[in-house]
Amino acid sequence: MKHAKTTSLFKVPKLTYRVWKVWQRDFDVFMKTWKVNFFPPLLEPIFFLVAMGYGLGTFVQPIQGLSYIQFIAPALISISIMYSSFFECTYGSFVRMYYQKTFDAIIATPISIEEVIAGELLWGATRSLISSIIVLAVVGAFGLISSPLFILILLVAFLGGLTFSTIAMIFTSLAPSIDFFNYPAFLFITPMFLLSGTFFPLTSLPPFMQVFAKTFLPLTHVVNLIRSLIIGNLETSLLISLAWIAAVTPVFFVLSINLMKRRLIK
Amino acid sequence: MAGSDVLINAEGLTKKFGDFVAVGNIDFKVYKGECCGFLGPNGAGKTTTIKTIHCVLPLTSGKLTVADMNVSKKPREIKKMIGVAPQENNLDPDFSVITNLLVYARYFDIQKAEALKRAETLLKFFQLEAKKEVIIDELSTGMKRRLILARALINEPKILLLDEPTTGLDPQARHLIWDKIRDLRKQGVTIILTTHYMEEAAELCDHTLIMDNGKIIEEGKPSTLIKKHIGEEVLEVSYDEKIMKTLKKKFPEARLEVLGDRILVFTTQPHGIFETFLKDFPLKDATIRNANLEDVFLKLTGRKLRE
Repeated sequence: MKHAKTTSLFKVPKLTYRVWKVWQRDFDVFMKTWKVNFFPPLLEPIFFLVAMGYGLGTFVQPIQGLSYIQFIAPALISISIMYSSFFECTYGSFVRMYYQKTFDAIIATPISIEEVIAGELLWGATRSLISSIIVLAVVGAFGLISSPLFILILLVAFLGGLTFSTIAMIFTSLAPSIDFFNYPAFLFITPMFLLSGTFFPLTSLPPFMQVFAKTFLPLTHVVNLIRSLIIGNLETSLLISLAWIAAVTPVFFVLSINLMKRRLIK
Repeated sequence: MAGSDVLINAEGLTKKFGDFVAVGNIDFKVYKGECCGFLGPNGAGKTTTIKTIHCVLPLTSGKLTVADMNVSKKPREIKKMIGVAPQENNLDPDFSVITNLLVYARYFDIQKAEALKRAETLLKFFQLEAKKEVIIDELSTGMKRRLILARALINEPKILLLDEPTTGLDPQARHLIWDKIRDLRKQGVTIILTTHYMEEAAELCDHTLIMDNGKIIEEGKPSTLIKKHIGEEVLEVSYDEKIMKTLKKKFPEARLEVLGDRILVFTTQPHGIFETFLKDFPLKDATIRNANLEDVFLKLTGRKLRE
């Protein structure tokens, strides 16, 4: 019995084009309040670049040949990718599921619960993409983009965003109440924010923590990819980062959908 | 009625949540074009039954078909032909009244121009035109219920599932909804509703199923059920030992029920018997009223409170 349950958690769900109807619903809501949605992500990286890049950066030696402001700029893009999808698929999805009963309303139509969750995940990834564009614009305005490869960051934003969405959705499927999200926010997101090669190079950490960061913290790989693409420094570690994301995301995608189904369909 | 007119057919329908049996091995049929009411106290299994019909709750065992399609095999096809007005308000608070309808239409693959046309017609039908651009939070409870009904009709369903459509509404709003339900029935829509209000069931339903503890304990036409279980009239008088004795002697076959300081007399004897009795024994505060579905309901499900 237990075995049967475990296999059903990894069963690949049947999805149709209807996934996009759910995505479209979230997109429509976002566009309705676009002013609120665009300005905070626009201002935040400006503050960070000025305070930490110019302010703190004056006291920091160049890192891997980059000035401090150059070093943290890709981290800011990566962090915005993490935050927007993670919070969209925890607090956002939880509110729609639990308080607004939006999912209940949608599954009374020809759309299935699997498609609802998949739509939410893709929307989370889209939010990451939108955020990355905003932060990229700021970083570009500061003159911190030095390679045409930067355009590939959009792809990384969507894929990495999907990774964070699926992780977030797994937490949502297990959350007894909305306050529960304080745990992943403080115990997972905050350490990741600080320890993923964001504000100082990963090599400054003790070796076991480097291994930990590379194995368990998706942001490490997102930062690695984006930092290389923004300066046009292609190296083999990028393949590892890409492989990590490509391996983990589909598994979490399927798992999060099945966990949500188990939560919602009794 | 001919077998081909059966639209929904449940055989041995069972739904368990863990060890709790919400619906236990029930059989029922709903015929095309009728209004069928599920009555029952809280926790009787009405909503669970409704949710199995529109394919959002999988069955534990048994068989359930809608238009000859099995709910576990053809959920999309079934959901396409059903409109659902749930008990809980699940309108989309992020959108205005009209956008709620348009976004919902999109879930059914209805083209935008067609959706807009239907939405306008429905808003008119439910007297919500003036609220078109208003956000959901600003609507009254009655308006929200009407909008939920409008939303349930956006896909022009052949079957309408109404889970307590008028709970918490004022009489004006309730009567408006009743009118609309009657209109829809005339248009040939098959309606299934659940309700706590016996008056509502008697008013709207051709057929009622009374549920309790996950079972169907009685079914039939409201008027037939009243005649069968209660009779035609009910006499109510103030409680008094002496009067009780007289009543017992006078109506030996009747069922006497003491409810607070009142005695209720249920008899199967024909119309007029109480009037004759009161002429001989004029009792203070005696009232004769018609037997109703609520009497049937309370007789069958008891007066104990359900939590």
